[in-house]
Amino acid sequence: MIRSLPTTKLYKSTYAIYVGLFFLFLVLPLIAISVLAFNDSDFIALPWNGFTLDWFFSATDEREGLFADSALLQSIYTSITTALIVALMSTLVGTIAALLFEEEEFRFKGLLYFLALTPLVIPGVILGISILISSTFVGNYVEKHFGIDLELFRPSYWLVILGQFSFGATYVMLLVSARLKKYDRTLEEAALSLKATRLQAIWYVTIPFLRPAIIGAFVVAFLLSFSNINTTIFLVGSDPTLPIDLYSRIRFSSTPVLNAVSFLIVLIITIAAFINFFVSRKKET
Amino acid sequence: MENKKSFNVTFYLLIVPVLLWLVLLIVLPHIDLLVSSFKIENDNGDMVFSLDNYIAFFKHKIYWLTFVKTAAYAIGVTILAFVITFPIAFYLTKVISKKNAAFLVLLLLIPLWVGELVTVYGWMVLLGDHGIINHFLMTLGIIDKPLNMLYTNFSMIIGLLYMSMLFMVVPVMSTLESLDDSLIEAASDLGASKWAIFTRIIIPYSMPGIVSGAIIVFMLVIGDYLAPNILGGKSSLWFTEQIYNEFLSTFNWNEGAAFGFLLLMLSSGIIWLALKLSGQKLEKVGS
Repeated sequence: MIRSLPTTKLYKSTYAIYVGLFFLFLVLPLIAISVLAFNDSDFIALPWNGFTLDWFFSATDEREGLFADSALLQSIYTSITTALIVALMSTLVGTIAALLFEEEEFRFKGLLYFLALTPLVIPGVILGISILISSTFVGNYVEKHFGIDLELFRPSYWLVILGQFSFGATYVMLLVSARLKKYDRTLEEAALSLKATRLQAIWYVTIPFLRPAIIGAFVVAFLLSFSNINTTIFLVGSDPTLPIDLYSRIRFSSTPVLNAVSFLIVLIITIAAFINFFVSRKKET
Repeated sequence: MENKKSFNVTFYLLIVPVLLWLVLLIVLPHIDLLVSSFKIENDNGDMVFSLDNYIAFFKHKIYWLTFVKTAAYAIGVTILAFVITFPIAFYLTKVISKKNAAFLVLLLLIPLWVGELVTVYGWMVLLGDHGIINHFLMTLGIIDKPLNMLYTNFSMIIGLLYMSMLFMVVPVMSTLESLDDSLIEAASDLGASKWAIFTRIIIPYSMPGIVSGAIIVFMLVIGDYLAPNILGGKSSLWFTEQIYNEFLSTFNWNEGAAFGFLLLMLSSGIIWLALKLSGQKLEKVGS
């Protein structure tokens, strides 16, 4: 059963096979898309026709590879800048929220904290449509009364950022709060007794302590934004993010270039995960 | 005196951004959602108060049937996710060494960070009529014509499970990690069967993790759009697809708002029930 208890061989091997099958199930789709990114065929299917890098580099009309597809490159660029801005905003406000809820006492704190947690349990689709409805409402009002048509209030680049930020901040808050719970409050008190102002104490003592959590939270917010579709799909304007672009290609015009992009995403995530794994293991030993 | 003043400045610096975030992007949009769900356009083109959007939901069988089906499937997928992943969480925390477990956990997290779209696409490539699985089965001579797996409830459930089940593993693992092995050893020494140890010690102990995981899985599944839309095909309508259609195809935003509000009520209702029955707080789900 557990490490220290004896078990039969049959039990042990059945269990190991089950775990093996589970992990096979887990990696199967990732392997499938990756392999087909290199298949010399115009269809996203086997049989294997030989190895090719066409779906990355070819620039002919029949085969437009990833690096020749300007629309695709543009959506990747849009996604990266969106994710950077969303991660920055979420990290800033999420960290502030963590400090507020962990260190301050005030009226309605419970209610406010509850509200800050709700994005965890509100489906992304609902966040998307409610932000769409209210921004349109505000946009129409501004246009009617001031005669200005602001892009922010219509489905656009910036509305996507606001939508993704609305839940990104919650995840940052939770990650930073978890670290703040381990914080020795006397450090900050020591700074205060040495005549630091409260803000100086936070900036020079608390924030450096939180740095690993803040960096981790930034990465999480970046990835949440980069892969989001449920909220984004309602707020996107004329410049699609990568998931939106891929989604419409899957629905209407799939070529193996989809596999090439997917392969790159899988590759980058895997490398990043392994680097993170070995760095954190080195720290432990 | 001065110290007190600077305290206040800090407090306002902290609370103002948080209030802006929560009021402008969470509270007001949901109030707008609720308000517009009660509005329709009358013959003069004015927006007037009405219950028609909700009445439409109950009048058309396809709407409420999809709603009920989505809820039922989401509960089913949540249970499946628990049954499939509990042995995995147990294996990773209690059976193998910490070092090997760390590597497997890494593998576990990769699909999570790769994102749903890529993995859903991967299943589409695997399960299609000319997909990889059919190709292998036919090459091996096990079947002579392709199995129809894609665009069915089966492929939709695979997609929903795949994207949500890892959110069950993580919280269950963190509660199991704190379970003292000596409890299990003691029970075993006193002659308890494996089944008794499992149902009387392990499951009750990991209940907080199971509830957290179940809530997150349920929420993700009920609000998912990609797996039903890409893998599910025509027969497996999902309620989020109805909302999507109202907003982006028929442009009936008010009816869409009503549907959205109903979905929100359903998901918060079930989550509230799960928290009540297990005596947990929402705060714990987050951690």
